[in-house]
Amino acid sequence: MLNFVIRRVAIAIPTLLVLLVASFWLMQTAPGGPFTSERPLPQQVLDNINAKYGLDDPLWKQLWNYITGIVTQFDFGPSYKYKDRSVNDIIAQGFPVTLTYGILSFVVAIVVGGILGMSAAIRQNSWLDYFAVGITIGAQVLPNFVMAPILILVFTLWLGWLPGGGWNGGQWQHLIMPVIALSTSYMASIARLTRSSMLEVLRSNFIRTARAKGLPNRTIIWRHALKPSLLPVISYLGPAFVGMVTGSFIIDSIFGTGGVGYFYVNSAFNRDYAVMMGLTILLGSMTIMFNMVVDILYAWIDPKIRL
Amino acid sequence: MTDKLVQPFSQKRTAELAESLSAGGTIKGRSLWADARNRFVANKAAMASVVVLLLVFAFSLLGDYLTQFDNETIDWDVMGSVKELGRPSLSNGHWFGFDESGRDLYSRVVQGSRISLSVGLVGAFIAVMVGTLYGSVAGFVGGRVDSIMMRLVDIFMSIPYMFVLILLLVVFGRSISMLFVGIGLTAWLDMSRIVRGQTLSLKNREYVEAAVAMGVSTPKIITRHIVPNLLGVVVVYATLLVPQMILTESFISFLGLGVQEPDTSWGALISEGVKSMNYGTLWHLAFPLFFFVITIFCFFFIGDGLRDALDPKDR
Amino acid sequence: MNISIKATLMASAFAMASPVLAAGTHPETGEALADDQTFTYRVLDEHTSVDPQIVEDVSGSEIVRDLFEGLYNQDEKGNLEPGVALSHSVNDDNTVYTFILRDNAKWSDGKPVTAGDFVYAWQRLADPATASAYQWYVEVMNIKGAGPVMAGEAGVETLGVKAIDDHTLEVTLNSPMPYFALTTTHTSTFPTPAWAIEAHGSDWIKPDNIVVNGAYTLTEHVPNERLVRERNEMYWNNEATIIEKVEALIINDENVALTRYMAGELDRTEIPAGQYPALSQSNPDETTVFPRLCSYYYTINVSDNAPEFLQDVNVRQALSMAIDRDIIVEKVLQGGQTPAYTFTPGATANFDVPAVEYAGMTQAERNAKAVEMMAAAGYGKDSPLDIELIYNTSEAHKKVAIAVSQMWKQTLGVNVTLANQEWKTFLETRGNQDYQIARAGWCGDYNEASTFLDLVQSGSGYNDAKYNNPMVDELLAGAKTMTDPQANYTKVEELIAADMPIIPIYHYAGNYMIATDLENWPVENVEQNWYSRNLYKIAE
Repeated sequence: MLNFVIRRVAIAIPTLLVLLVASFWLMQTAPGGPFTSERPLPQQVLDNINAKYGLDDPLWKQLWNYITGIVTQFDFGPSYKYKDRSVNDIIAQGFPVTLTYGILSFVVAIVVGGILGMSAAIRQNSWLDYFAVGITIGAQVLPNFVMAPILILVFTLWLGWLPGGGWNGGQWQHLIMPVIALSTSYMASIARLTRSSMLEVLRSNFIRTARAKGLPNRTIIWRHALKPSLLPVISYLGPAFVGMVTGSFIIDSIFGTGGVGYFYVNSAFNRDYAVMMGLTILLGSMTIMFNMVVDILYAWIDPKIRL
Repeated sequence: MTDKLVQPFSQKRTAELAESLSAGGTIKGRSLWADARNRFVANKAAMASVVVLLLVFAFSLLGDYLTQFDNETIDWDVMGSVKELGRPSLSNGHWFGFDESGRDLYSRVVQGSRISLSVGLVGAFIAVMVGTLYGSVAGFVGGRVDSIMMRLVDIFMSIPYMFVLILLLVVFGRSISMLFVGIGLTAWLDMSRIVRGQTLSLKNREYVEAAVAMGVSTPKIITRHIVPNLLGVVVVYATLLVPQMILTESFISFLGLGVQEPDTSWGALISEGVKSMNYGTLWHLAFPLFFFVITIFCFFFIGDGLRDALDPKDR
Repeated sequence: MNISIKATLMASAFAMASPVLAAGTHPETGEALADDQTFTYRVLDEHTSVDPQIVEDVSGSEIVRDLFEGLYNQDEKGNLEPGVALSHSVNDDNTVYTFILRDNAKWSDGKPVTAGDFVYAWQRLADPATASAYQWYVEVMNIKGAGPVMAGEAGVETLGVKAIDDHTLEVTLNSPMPYFALTTTHTSTFPTPAWAIEAHGSDWIKPDNIVVNGAYTLTEHVPNERLVRERNEMYWNNEATIIEKVEALIINDENVALTRYMAGELDRTEIPAGQYPALSQSNPDETTVFPRLCSYYYTINVSDNAPEFLQDVNVRQALSMAIDRDIIVEKVLQGGQTPAYTFTPGATANFDVPAVEYAGMTQAERNAKAVEMMAAAGYGKDSPLDIELIYNTSEAHKKVAIAVSQMWKQTLGVNVTLANQEWKTFLETRGNQDYQIARAGWCGDYNEASTFLDLVQSGSGYNDAKYNNPMVDELLAGAKTMTDPQANYTKVEELIAADMPIIPIYHYAGNYMIATDLENWPVENVEQNWYSRNLYKIAE
């Protein structure tokens, strides 16, 4: 186990490096640069700016400086668009926000989705099953850019219960709508995956054996069926978690929460190289870390899988 | 395998699938195909969904013949007062009313359905093909190959997705085929991880171990034994993928990288509709959303039905 | 000279009118004031900076105008009003300006605002090491020695600006410029505290470190969520400030912003395109519309690598005439915009819109003429022309492009391919003349017609059409030193209308929802330079 973790962390470093180089190269290929603007800057001005940010160095040197900056000083560089703050500032302020509603949504999605999926599977083809399936599909068909404005319309304008956006230091009133809008479609996916894999497990031989032995239903489900049926769900959790953190662009842009999701997408549009690379590294390491956790969970659930 | 999803009723293909399943050696005796078909036909929700889905397909392909209007001509008299004059009406032939710019919404929905359905199907097809093969190879071969392949997935997954799409659409030009490839190629990653996870548990099953012991080649084991047994999960996930592809397209449209005017898609129509939903033109949202929603419902029910029908253990 | 007299007069008027605030009523109008004087408004996007010499976007400049104060401010009509400077005088050939600064202006840390602070700020703006995107503004101001300083060839101390004493600032220009004082309302020219910048480096604009001389100080900034500024007690005219706290909320989606406005969370927001008529019916007291100093136009690629048909003036003329601008403003935008047949907006100061020929025709006449000209160029419904129109991704640009493409198609039989592009790609494509027809817009930097017309100069960096007419260049160069350049401007507009390298479509209008209790929004200021200290909220 410890061996496994060490090995994975050791692989993570070159992985991040490759990721860094790849995204750096991708950025340079895209048309336009951070200082392409509606009013083209005079060459003189452009030269000054490029000199200030070291963008007049050869590419390999820029990359090298960037990497050494991160390694030696943990400095992810300046934002070229938001000139009075650094990438570290942006991450320091935005990431806790994203993480807060990301984790909350994750928990909500797992708990609600898991319970719905399990109950539907246990009582397959009952009204409960149909109800759960109906709810999950209903939750999944509404894109969150449709759901978010509807939530604001209902809870802010018509009912006047909740503030229509903002973060305000993460007060609970400001969290409710973002969490609902972000978690529902993942919740639905988790419910459906749980249902389908649970059904599969319930039909397998060892469960049949358990039933034949006359074990009570409850014991069968909790002791025997639950763990194996979580397998496909767990492999969905890695991508789902990362999706909830990175996919928060719509949440940030509709609710004005100030998370990193908005910066992530817009840094690509703004060609704000350092912001994009900084966030890529951040989210990249989260992805790698979370996938590692998922693999460990895998081995824990199914001892036949060797790490 | 995935085009069986796409055309669940192509008998020949489904028969092939059944063959490949039974050839897997896990099932012996009765014809799986007959069983599966019986089970599927008995599933009322799935059958109803098939009918509705066929109707949606027919609508997208033949809908143009039911109207004299096209999707781009502006009615200048209606433009600017769509709220009052642009309501859906049976008498003037604008069944779904007018859009924000004074164009016939019915023909726009018809044309948008065509785009969205093809993006959904083609994107999901690419994702499932690539993801299943990749994931099963990684999971089955294991060891160093698995490790490298999965790290590659990690790398791909942590590359800024929107940036890849912007690049694809910018460097290679804005075209619908680029959209297909771009959407499909970013969605296979999840699929591959799920498939790998399943493969890991399958590969320790007795029948696989038996095949290995008998000296069956690795590609053959993967295509004959592993992939067919992954079918349940793959089918369910693929039905999740189609709507996800349609949604992804709409997100891309939302960012302005989607289909170009005057062409449209469900996603584009819905996001336009949402913007004006509080301004008294709810039909801009209602019609495209209706088609979008029923299509996704249908895919889900069909996916469930197929899973139940194809599950070799349920007998 | 006029300006300085006026400025002095207004300064004294101001001094007399600054009374002790009666509790709860407005000192001049006597209206009952609301207890909560918090002004909350929506901004589309995060500002780039609040550093006066660095800021480059509109929402950032709005904040900077609250935090800092330059030599002059603008009043609600856009006229000069004393800021830190009380008045100024000019030498006889309009090249040396001497500003007299007030002695009661203070920084928020108690230090007096001196002429040296302006010298420091202007040198900082010109200094290549600052790398300001607005460095070129020093050249617009025409300050002596700007060129070498900007190029790094001469030290910043050679810039033609010096402090005679703490309250006298002397500026020397390269050449006579009668409207120099107008340029001092721009945020790039606002003073900055050298000691704070030296102490904190680029972090000096963080709420904890910032030192300001404006009516408000920065108290909170959450990137991409909100920015809060609160009354600065050290401001020289603090007594006249009524709004206590200003909150800028970043809300990307204009429709969501409107919903939140309706829910009472905002005091001001923009009206989404096309919604003005309905809102002016349902909320007549809150909708506000006013002209802006901006033009919306399509630029035609007339460079050497443009397709041949665009080189044909008949085609360009026909495309322009076939656009029914009344439909664009009345049915597409519906927000008080005005049809444009000439480039410079009529709202520009001291500018009379020239009567170009096609402006006087009816649309039917224009359409007939357009068909005729298209036929002369060899195109018609039987031999249609294929054109690509690009625009940057935006709901409003899309609506206009859809309408225009249909006008061209229905009137001229032109097949139009629409292509919206992501912003930076769009700028690259347009800037490299890799397009046929492209959407463009321009807002004046200052309130004078040259800020628009300079764009069609052959050497202008913004001349994306690559229009090159020596006569235009000559007229514009001549206009620089004329006391009344209207005649030249008229000729330039006529030349544009004849050659049609750009198709003017409409002149912008501002469309706001402004809460009924928020008073004194400067709707007549066409540059929309507003200052929170002039606003106030009445009790309802």
